[in-house]
Amino acid sequence: MSTTTALEQATRFEAVIGLEIHVQLATRTKMFCSCAIDFGGEPNTRTCPVCLGQPGTLPVVNRRAVEYAIRLGLALGCQIAPSSQFHRKNYFYPDMPKNYQISQYDVPICLGGELTVATDAGERRVGITRVHMEEDTGKSLHVLDTTSGVGVDPAEGLRVTRISDADYSLVDYNRAGIPLLEVVSEPDIRTATEAQAYLTELRAIVLALGISDAKLEEGSMRCDANVSLRPVGHTVFGTRAEVKNMNSVRSLGRAITYEIARQTDLLTRGEPVVQETRHWNEATGTTSTLRVKETTEDYRYFPDPDLVPVQPDPAWVDELRASLPQLPAARRARLVESLGLSGQQAAGVVGAGLAPLLDEAVAAGAPAAEAANWLTNEVTAWANERGVEPAAAPLTASHLAELTALVADQTLSKKLARQVLDRVLAGEGPPREVAAARGLAQISDTGELERAVDAAIAADPAAAQRVRDGNRKAVGALVGAVMKATKGQANPALVNELLTGRLTAPDG
Amino acid sequence: MSLSTDDVRHVARLARLALTDDEVQALRGQLSDILAYAEKVGEVATANVPPTSHPYPLRNVWRDDEPRPSLPPAEAVAAAPAAQDGRFSVPRIIGEPV
Repeated sequence: MSTTTALEQATRFEAVIGLEIHVQLATRTKMFCSCAIDFGGEPNTRTCPVCLGQPGTLPVVNRRAVEYAIRLGLALGCQIAPSSQFHRKNYFYPDMPKNYQISQYDVPICLGGELTVATDAGERRVGITRVHMEEDTGKSLHVLDTTSGVGVDPAEGLRVTRISDADYSLVDYNRAGIPLLEVVSEPDIRTATEAQAYLTELRAIVLALGISDAKLEEGSMRCDANVSLRPVGHTVFGTRAEVKNMNSVRSLGRAITYEIARQTDLLTRGEPVVQETRHWNEATGTTSTLRVKETTEDYRYFPDPDLVPVQPDPAWVDELRASLPQLPAARRARLVESLGLSGQQAAGVVGAGLAPLLDEAVAAGAPAAEAANWLTNEVTAWANERGVEPAAAPLTASHLAELTALVADQTLSKKLARQVLDRVLAGEGPPREVAAARGLAQISDTGELERAVDAAIAADPAAAQRVRDGNRKAVGALVGAVMKATKGQANPALVNELLTGRLTAPDG
Repeated sequence: MSLSTDDVRHVARLARLALTDDEVQALRGQLSDILAYAEKVGEVATANVPPTSHPYPLRNVWRDDEPRPSLPPAEAVAAAPAAQDGRFSVPRIIGEPV
């Protein structure tokens, strides 16, 4: 057997993945000037001589941004550098008005931490190389010259195009200078699933720390993946490609899966992987060359003479360490241990930022597991559909406790409770009120149900006979008929009981 | 340290400068002289002198996270060679962004 299939070849490579994640900090002002941070608004309304890079201006560090960097570093188990420094990263591209971006280079504020992520293959530890501070860039629009009579976008009055086709570009520096943390992982990740777990966990930590709104879709958290392949068992890294533009956890997984397949194909055919930056295209599900990467030296990093070293007082660092909130891993463990949730439920609740709501609901009398299910299924789905955070759902702990109580006392079936919850989320009021106003209470009145059961038996004597003949499953059709006749409001357990009683009674 | 002509061309490309062959030769000599001058420092530096990027004994120059008014938008773009709808207008971006 000398022939090897492409698949067998593929299994001989393993992927080596490292992630670079940018977190936009939720400070009130920019990293080096006092311009407010906000979203939307007219272009260049939040700029000043400092963030516009005008001559003679001096950047001054935002202390809150340093605090947030230290908080994240501590949460990731990093060493906080006793002294760190800002460097200039030089390049020609108009997204920064200065022709350089202020970043950190050889002495970042946080070094050497780790993140433990849960994967299908158990827990995995991913090393954190560093966390450094830098400033965000402006936003460019690449446009066509519309005086030539080409179509004009009526909203913008501009015909926006790709950079390569543009006649010129327009730049808005409102975003330029917003503080970012860049979290660089060690190349410890091996699969797309692990990368997704890492991103999800880091995002949960950032949210727990309250240092960013961490919205991947809106760009307040951005993830680049360095992907290379090497033969299984080798320790030398292959040539890597850096993939950008994944704006969800799902895209990250898809992009890595695609990139692994692309590189596997190249290597299997004996062709080299080129070191380059690649752009993930969500619509086509592919990556394409964005630019051939320049080397680090080409950025000509040098210490920014305008910014003196940051040397956080150890007492301040200790204070920040002591004030760290409970982190997601500890929160999950607590939910499992003290509330008896499954690991999966706990991950869902914590991941959705709903642990505080669950705690309150349990305190208000809701059974933990049941409340957790409503939160991780219905409430999370509701939020996903609307593109909002689950914690922003208009659902209080007492609503949740009331809903579980209505299910427990059989006023509502699960199905009716789902309808009631939809109405509660739509802002119609507390569950009990909604159920009453909408007439959604479950029918547990035996007299009323008996009439419906008799009608169902009369309407489908054949099914009734099969049940009498011992075919237990046939009762389903009759239960369905009763549920339909009562518009889903019959208590299904009771209907089942009544039907079985009728059809299996000795004289039935 | 003596620079090669390739070094000079590389640095020129990073600075987006178009140099003639004569200029490359001239700058090669001048830049090498500057580097040789800087290397003099290496002769006196000792192991217990840390690299110093700032001559001042300053650290932690920072401010509170309090917003202050930004420039009026018209003023923000006033010094720009070209602007359109409140945005800075820049010539077509050619070559690859880095």
